[in-house]
Amino acid sequence: MASILRFRKLCYAVPLKLQSFEFSKVDQKQKVDKKEEDANVFLPAQDLLEVDDQKKKYPKQQQRKWRCIDSCCWAIGYLCTTWWLLFFLYHCFPATMPGFQVPESPGVRLKRDGLTALHPVVLVPGIVTGGLELWEGRPCSEGLFRKRLWGGSFTEIFKRPLCWLEHLSLHHETGLDPPGIRVRAVPGLVAADYFAPGYFVWAVLIENLAKIGYEGKNLYMASYDWRLSFQNTEIRDQALSRLKSKIELLCVTNGYKKVVVVPHSMGVIYFLHFLKWVETPPPMGGGGGPGWCAKHIKSVVNIGPAFLGVPKAVSSIFSAEGKDVAYLRAMAPGLLDSEILGLQTLEHVLRVSRTWDSVVSLLPKGGETIWGDLDWSPEEGHACQLVKKGNFQCSPNDNYTDAMRGFQIKETEKYGRIISFGKEESQLPSSQIPILNSKELLHGSATETVNSSCRGVWTEYDEMDRESFRKIAENKVYTSKTILDLLRFVAPKTMQRAETHFSHGIADNLDDPKYEHYKYWSNPLETKLPDAADMEIYCLYGVGIPTERSYVYKLSPNDKCKSIPFRIDTSADGDQNSCLKGGVYFVDGDESVPVLSAGFMCAKGWRGRTRFNPSGTATYIREYQHKPPASLLEGRGLESGAHVDIMGNVALIEDVLRVAAGASGSEIGGDRIYSDILRMSERINLRL
Amino acid sequence: MSLIRRRKQNETSRPTRSDPSSIDKEDDNKKKIPAKDQNAEEIALKKLRKWSCIDSCCWLIGSICVTWWFLLFLYNAIPASFNQYVTEAITGPVPDPPGVKLKKEGLTVKHPVVFVPGIVTGGLELWEGHQCAEGLFRKRLWGGTFGEVYKRPLCWVEHMSLDNETGLDPSGIRVRPVSGLVAADYFAPGYFVWAVLIANLARIGYEEKTMYMAAYDWRISFQNTEVRDQTLSRIKSNIELMVATNGGNKAVIIPHSMGVLYFLHFMKWVEAPAPMGGGGGPDWCAKHIKTVMNIGGPFFGVPKAVGGLFSAEAKDIAVIRATAPGFLDNDIFRLQTLQHVMRMTRTWDSTMSMIPKGGDTIWGGLDWSPEEGYTPSKRKQRNNDTQVANEDDSEVVASQRKHVNFGRIISFGKDIAEAPSSQIDMIDFRGAVKGNSVANNTCRDVWTEYHEMGYEGIKAVAEYKAYTAESILDLLHFVAPKLMARGSAHFSYGIADNLDDPKYRHYKYWSNPLETTLPNAPDMEIFSMYGVGIPTERAYVYKLTPSADCYIPFQIDTSADDDDTPLKDGVYAVDGDETVPVLSAGFMCAKGWRGKTRFNPSGIRTYLREYEHSPPANLLEGRGTQSGAHVDIMGNFQLIEDIIRVAAGARGEDLGGDQVHSDIFKMSEKINLQL
Repeated sequence: MASILRFRKLCYAVPLKLQSFEFSKVDQKQKVDKKEEDANVFLPAQDLLEVDDQKKKYPKQQQRKWRCIDSCCWAIGYLCTTWWLLFFLYHCFPATMPGFQVPESPGVRLKRDGLTALHPVVLVPGIVTGGLELWEGRPCSEGLFRKRLWGGSFTEIFKRPLCWLEHLSLHHETGLDPPGIRVRAVPGLVAADYFAPGYFVWAVLIENLAKIGYEGKNLYMASYDWRLSFQNTEIRDQALSRLKSKIELLCVTNGYKKVVVVPHSMGVIYFLHFLKWVETPPPMGGGGGPGWCAKHIKSVVNIGPAFLGVPKAVSSIFSAEGKDVAYLRAMAPGLLDSEILGLQTLEHVLRVSRTWDSVVSLLPKGGETIWGDLDWSPEEGHACQLVKKGNFQCSPNDNYTDAMRGFQIKETEKYGRIISFGKEESQLPSSQIPILNSKELLHGSATETVNSSCRGVWTEYDEMDRESFRKIAENKVYTSKTILDLLRFVAPKTMQRAETHFSHGIADNLDDPKYEHYKYWSNPLETKLPDAADMEIYCLYGVGIPTERSYVYKLSPNDKCKSIPFRIDTSADGDQNSCLKGGVYFVDGDESVPVLSAGFMCAKGWRGRTRFNPSGTATYIREYQHKPPASLLEGRGLESGAHVDIMGNVALIEDVLRVAAGASGSEIGGDRIYSDILRMSERINLRL
Repeated sequence: MSLIRRRKQNETSRPTRSDPSSIDKEDDNKKKIPAKDQNAEEIALKKLRKWSCIDSCCWLIGSICVTWWFLLFLYNAIPASFNQYVTEAITGPVPDPPGVKLKKEGLTVKHPVVFVPGIVTGGLELWEGHQCAEGLFRKRLWGGTFGEVYKRPLCWVEHMSLDNETGLDPSGIRVRPVSGLVAADYFAPGYFVWAVLIANLARIGYEEKTMYMAAYDWRISFQNTEVRDQTLSRIKSNIELMVATNGGNKAVIIPHSMGVLYFLHFMKWVEAPAPMGGGGGPDWCAKHIKTVMNIGGPFFGVPKAVGGLFSAEAKDIAVIRATAPGFLDNDIFRLQTLQHVMRMTRTWDSTMSMIPKGGDTIWGGLDWSPEEGYTPSKRKQRNNDTQVANEDDSEVVASQRKHVNFGRIISFGKDIAEAPSSQIDMIDFRGAVKGNSVANNTCRDVWTEYHEMGYEGIKAVAEYKAYTAESILDLLHFVAPKLMARGSAHFSYGIADNLDDPKYRHYKYWSNPLETTLPNAPDMEIFSMYGVGIPTERAYVYKLTPSADCYIPFQIDTSADDDDTPLKDGVYAVDGDETVPVLSAGFMCAKGWRGKTRFNPSGIRTYLREYEHSPPANLLEGRGTQSGAHVDIMGNFQLIEDIIRVAAGARGEDLGGDQVHSDIFKMSEKINLQL
């Protein structure tokens, strides 16, 4: 018996133990005996006897105690080994599995066609995709010096969430660094090649550019701190000066070839700001002189441009419910949506994101002229079901003038009402809606009954009382014009700070000297393009994905002081053909930016010689029809049209490469349009 | 109990003992056993046997994993300051890092700072490669974890090599320097280079916009970095930008190691007119540069470079530490590995910038050298008396005090290294016929130029016996003609007689301080900061490798030892920072540029800052806060403090002027150089 024990302990401890669950004790003994006899072939009998004696010392109790840990160890070891084995096999596989044909990357194909690097390329990342790292922090952030706070693995969110939020916030009065904290943009290509490990942003494009000969000396990532307002990136980091100097250097060192600029998302309006800044004289601008852009820039290839803002920005400022792609994927959706943790998390997100001026730059621009008013919107007649099937025939209905026919089978969606309180209000004809004067609302008394128990999480909602909330909700509907008043009311400090940096109107007279101020530079409707007739502007964006356009809100039932008083009414669903789903009206777009915002300037605002484009810079629209990835192996798809995933779209990459290698807009095929952007643009009555 | 056992034995032992060929019989046996439970036993037994080994492995792995995780968890759970806590408990309170200390004194950002990394410390990444390098796009080949060295060594060597003829990229391969501060903050994980300095500068407010790492491809010659990557233009543009965006405050440049020569090249390049230079005009340096703070600068090259080129035995710290010393020293792998390393490093032009410059005037002749009289033990143990007491034998004293012939950088045999010059029978090798190499096919896979020399050539080299800094050049020309032909188009090693000679406008002279003048910038300051107190390679005793066919035919004679002279393992050592001898690091600032000389016509002020090496007191200190070693000095608190003070606006006098521990002034006096 003792020898049995010994054997178990020595090497077969675990398997025997497992077997013991299945067989009777006697069986087990016998088995082990057999085992032992086998061993006896090798073991001298004397040894065995000796061991027998020794083994009697080991109590049986010890045996039992070990079992649990042992089997745990065994299970873990088993898992690890299997995992490693699979890992090893995975690494042993050749990169191209036989049978599975990996499509050739556009870079390789175009290289074979003889394309080589010609024009230096500057990449301008958008909001949230750029990495941020810590340079100086509070004691709680010890050990994070020059580590990424934003981008990368985001481990710090889970380790020290409050510390992390504190360091990512900006000062809520100046919009710059809080005292004692310096968080800066990561420089270089690593800033935005991958947002998180495995989640590419620019990496695919960079790799393809490298295939045709691009490298560090003719490829530059103009990373900037995307939390700041555009002019503040210059004031604090001299980011615009650096960009200017870099572009000049790239030109000089590459044989005076002009630069191809590829901005993405918010980078588009950042670069628009740069174009004005660089030609403006020194105190406010870069002092490059009036011919700078003509001399240095060949083309601006805007990817997923948010020229006229995105409705998503409204909801994100209003109730922190903006569902930006990268944002959401990074911060674990389950956590945000969870009812238990949800309130606090959203409050914190709201508080932090309201200190970021850049969010305000994405509010819808151009007011009701562009985005539509209570009864009218350029997208009306958009049929959601059809869009999803990939059929882009716009159903013809001209009944938008007749409010009474609103209840007809084909009901027009009133996209102009960016926020409505209640589903009915979002559909009622305007005559039936009680409208408070929003100005009146703004000046209404917001008696400050600060609840001391609410101090933990500061948002400006805490300074408002229930009365004001009710008032806001009573107003029922807000268009893109009144939405600004609404935001000024609910977030006075944020808007006051940010509106010294951004403007959202339409200029009547562009020669008015007030438009020399930098706050107008990022609004395409309040600035002129630079005098550069040879320059080209491209609008590259995906279509075919439902994109948030307007919201149905409700008052949050929760009366707790720390909650955000408004929520999207996710119960509001339309009928089958309706574009209303989960409290959100959808239109065609790339999941973040509606077609209208991305395409209008290139389709109409700048097309030909207009007052916004006095020198007649050529514009091209290139749309990419969204196709979801066919299989899991494709990852995020080679033909995706989604806002960020489009950076891996083969057709888009090919276009960018061709332009970089010297092709002009007409050589790559001029306009390529799938959506009804041209029809929408026609409906917009903007003086050009 | 025993009965059961015995019976079982009979039954079960049979199959195991039975002949493996009689499987059929065994099967028959099995069938004969009628009892059901016995059948079950049989199956169970088989199961048991099949599983047991794997299971116990699993168990072992599992328990190791669990322990590991547990320890890892504990490690993560303890507060970050724990380490410091322990250190303080053992060694008493740790001084504040210089950044914190100086911030308390009220220092803040003033001048923008430019770092110029040295050889081997900068990272290199792949932009285009051959088939074998798939998946390595924009991954580091050099620096970082060096994982690829082990995974695919030949592929790695192929990609790190340059073209044999041009010294530029081989076709189809583009390896480029990593840009930004990450290029050289850490060489390998945990092995800092610039990181400590950067962290301390950040304490007083420096950040990305005021700091710039002038990363360049350290494998190619200095002018080629401009030709291929426009690196010099970029540095120029960046310095201009930083000066402009920091309110016109001039830049403080901090080059390290080879970066010192690189920046010397830059200063000439930037003021030279456009086709060859940067076209910055004659006062560019005066306008943009406040101070150049050279750390461990090998102004006159390092003797180590000779060893490296001659027999791939340069023991550069970083290289050795990165590529596992045991591997290289291992006798079995050694020859092949070294040949690969040699083939690779010989394609790197930059190694030739470090060949000793200034010839016999600086480095000493057969019988003379500026360092003579140096004994490493003197400084280390400070017990001169014991040595004086030994002076009963006059010959010993003679060999100790006079006849350590550091000037003979390579000697064949220890006796040659010590004999007076009149007794050395030198047979000139230059005319020797290289002999048709008996083209040995087996050697072809590893190409070095030695295969083309043949036995005659090798013998001729050994018969010349002793080489000084001047004849070393001839030697290298002889043993590696292609390499030197390529290199001498980019570097020069002489002393200029007349600096106004128009030939000195060629770029190959720009990195040699003895053949260029400093820019016209009287307000500029130049610092030489380096560690002292570590024995540093200065001269070598070589021997012929016994089997000289497929191998590198020469080898350092590690058996050559001498207790009385600083000869150890075939290497004569002098004072220095482990890589650069004091002479090379300090002479220009001590004498060559001091005051208004012909090398320094505008009288730029120079300062010497030496840092006495003291090894870390215990393991917790890591690489020490008072180290003087070539790379570790970047973590020296005193040096960091000096740099921060200068960056915040101090001038040389404010720091206290010269700070000298070594005999650099005495040595400099012995050098007879026209100034």
